Amino acid sequence: MTFLLIDQLCKRYGDLEAVASSSLAIDKGEFVSLLGPSGCGKTTTLQMIAGFVEVTSGRIVLDGRDITHAKPASRGLGVVFQSYALFPHMTVRDNVAFGLQMRKVAKAEIARRVDHTLALVRLDKHAERYPRELSGGQRQRVALARALVIEPPMLLLDEPLSNLDAHLREEMQFEICRIQNEVGITTLMVTHDQAEALSISDRVVVMEAGRITQIDNPYQLYEHPSTPFISDFVGKANRLRGVQGANGMPQVAAQGPLTLSLRPEKIGLGPAGSGKLDGRINCRYFLGSQWLYRVDTSLGNLAVVSINDGSAALEEGSAVSLTWNDELLRVLDAGEVAA
Amino acid sequence: MNDAKPRNSAWGYGLSGPALALFLALLVLPLGLTLVLSFNQFDYTTGIQAGQYTLAHYLSLVTDSYYYEIFLRTFWISALVTLLCVLIGVPEALVLSRMGAPWRSIFLILVLTPLLISVVVRAFGWSLLLGADGLVNQAITALGGKPVKLLYTPFAVIIGLVHVMLPFMIIPVWTSLQKLDPAAEQAALSLGASQWTVFRRIVLPQIMPGVLSGTLIVFGLAASSFAIPGLLGGRRLKMVATMIYDQYLAELNWPMGATIAIVLLLINLLVMLSWNRLVERRYKRALGA
Repeated sequence: MTFLLIDQLCKRYGDLEAVASSSLAIDKGEFVSLLGPSGCGKTTTLQMIAGFVEVTSGRIVLDGRDITHAKPASRGLGVVFQSYALFPHMTVRDNVAFGLQMRKVAKAEIARRVDHTLALVRLDKHAERYPRELSGGQRQRVALARALVIEPPMLLLDEPLSNLDAHLREEMQFEICRIQNEVGITTLMVTHDQAEALSISDRVVVMEAGRITQIDNPYQLYEHPSTPFISDFVGKANRLRGVQGANGMPQVAAQGPLTLSLRPEKIGLGPAGSGKLDGRINCRYFLGSQWLYRVDTSLGNLAVVSINDGSAALEEGSAVSLTWNDELLRVLDAGEVAA
Repeated sequence: MNDAKPRNSAWGYGLSGPALALFLALLVLPLGLTLVLSFNQFDYTTGIQAGQYTLAHYLSLVTDSYYYEIFLRTFWISALVTLLCVLIGVPEALVLSRMGAPWRSIFLILVLTPLLISVVVRAFGWSLLLGADGLVNQAITALGGKPVKLLYTPFAVIIGLVHVMLPFMIIPVWTSLQKLDPAAEQAALSLGASQWTVFRRIVLPQIMPGVLSGTLIVFGLAASSFAIPGLLGGRRLKMVATMIYDQYLAELNWPMGATIAIVLLLINLLVMLSWNRLVERRYKRALGA
């Protein structure tokens, strides 16, 4: 059941094509992330859905109604902005109540719904404060409450976590996930952070230079990136040359027509001579839960990640051997393209 | 650390010394002298009686309806000028802040250019336009109407003052508009507000500090303005500053002139402080200290 349909959406600024003929269908209750580097057109797409940016061509259909040229006010969508965009001269309660006041909801009903929503985002104790008296995470919750209280058909989140520090960001990720589950609202989130997109979305839409290049669930996206760009942008990847093996499976080779990708955590480390490829550890980085090794091999410098399971880490300069399952190699390009 | 602090503050006083000296010599001292002068006895035949003091000037100011009328006129003209500056300046600043890249700076400079031309030149420009045989009246006669008396009326003074004061309203409002988050307006729109509601409930409350400083500057300058009322109001339509000038230079009654100047200063202060209190009390908590 498609709830939001974006059909051949296109935005041109003069000669610049910010969004080129993008199509996407989102189901009711789904959490979809729009992932891409800055300038890829993801925010423009969100702003066209919200109605802040004029559509050049194409259609936006929400729940069967064509809203391509509707005014933002008449779309009734809940929007959370990167800067939070709270009204600085109003208390938290007034900020959240604003949308209901615009809908001419009765006073008692407004109070009830504002209280309910503030409780949902766990801000009921801060209702009388002003935005500047709140921390970044709390402001984020106010913005979320303000968007949710009008019971919009859909929630649009524009880089909602990028202004938070790392620890708070993770906390808010799960908070957004919890609230989205509780309310069951269809959500589209724009982000440039692949970890954010992977961790909380049902599906991820990747945009590159104004085009949608892959729409998949997070696991598929990570394991089967459809373009070389995605394999680098989502997670880390080693680029290798390869040939098509006899069994139809690609194989790593020093020279070959194929461009292959291999995730660092898919590579095992063993004593020298035991695996597929020998090398020497060039340097190592401690990431807390993992070790990241850079290993010099005859095929170039490869990244290898291994779990910090309490055993002693390998020393820099020590000789090792790399091993992997050929099934985990991904063919990025079958042609003669330089890596 | 402890002995560094007094040295630092001495250093601070030392640095602000020249400015303080200038301030004392050029503002506080003449003001003090004016205050003393306003209590000096005055006689039309013998002049100022040094060493003899009286409250007579203040008494005549309170009892004589002539002064009363001029003070009243000055304040209603200043209030009207301030209001007009708000009504013209706030929308103008809004339009300015929404303009594209090259036009914004071009129009901002256009707004500021009147400040580069002497008030006297501008006042003469207006009197050429508004005079009995000025451009406006020529146009009226050409269209078959009867000439209207424009110059030397409150109308001329108000037009001239609004023209001079507009930049002082636009600049503070424009500055506070720059601090607005454009996304807040989008947020309000997405929550169902109309453009007008966005302006009234989101934009206007946030630019109130700018409007407040604009009104304070404009009112203060208008109430004490001299050149515009002098040139466009003429000898008949007196305002307080031109009356002070007359007392000093025509009547040669310096103590009376000083008295009017002191009273103008006090009333101006009183009006501005209470206006500031009134508006700030309403917006202080919401807009932060």
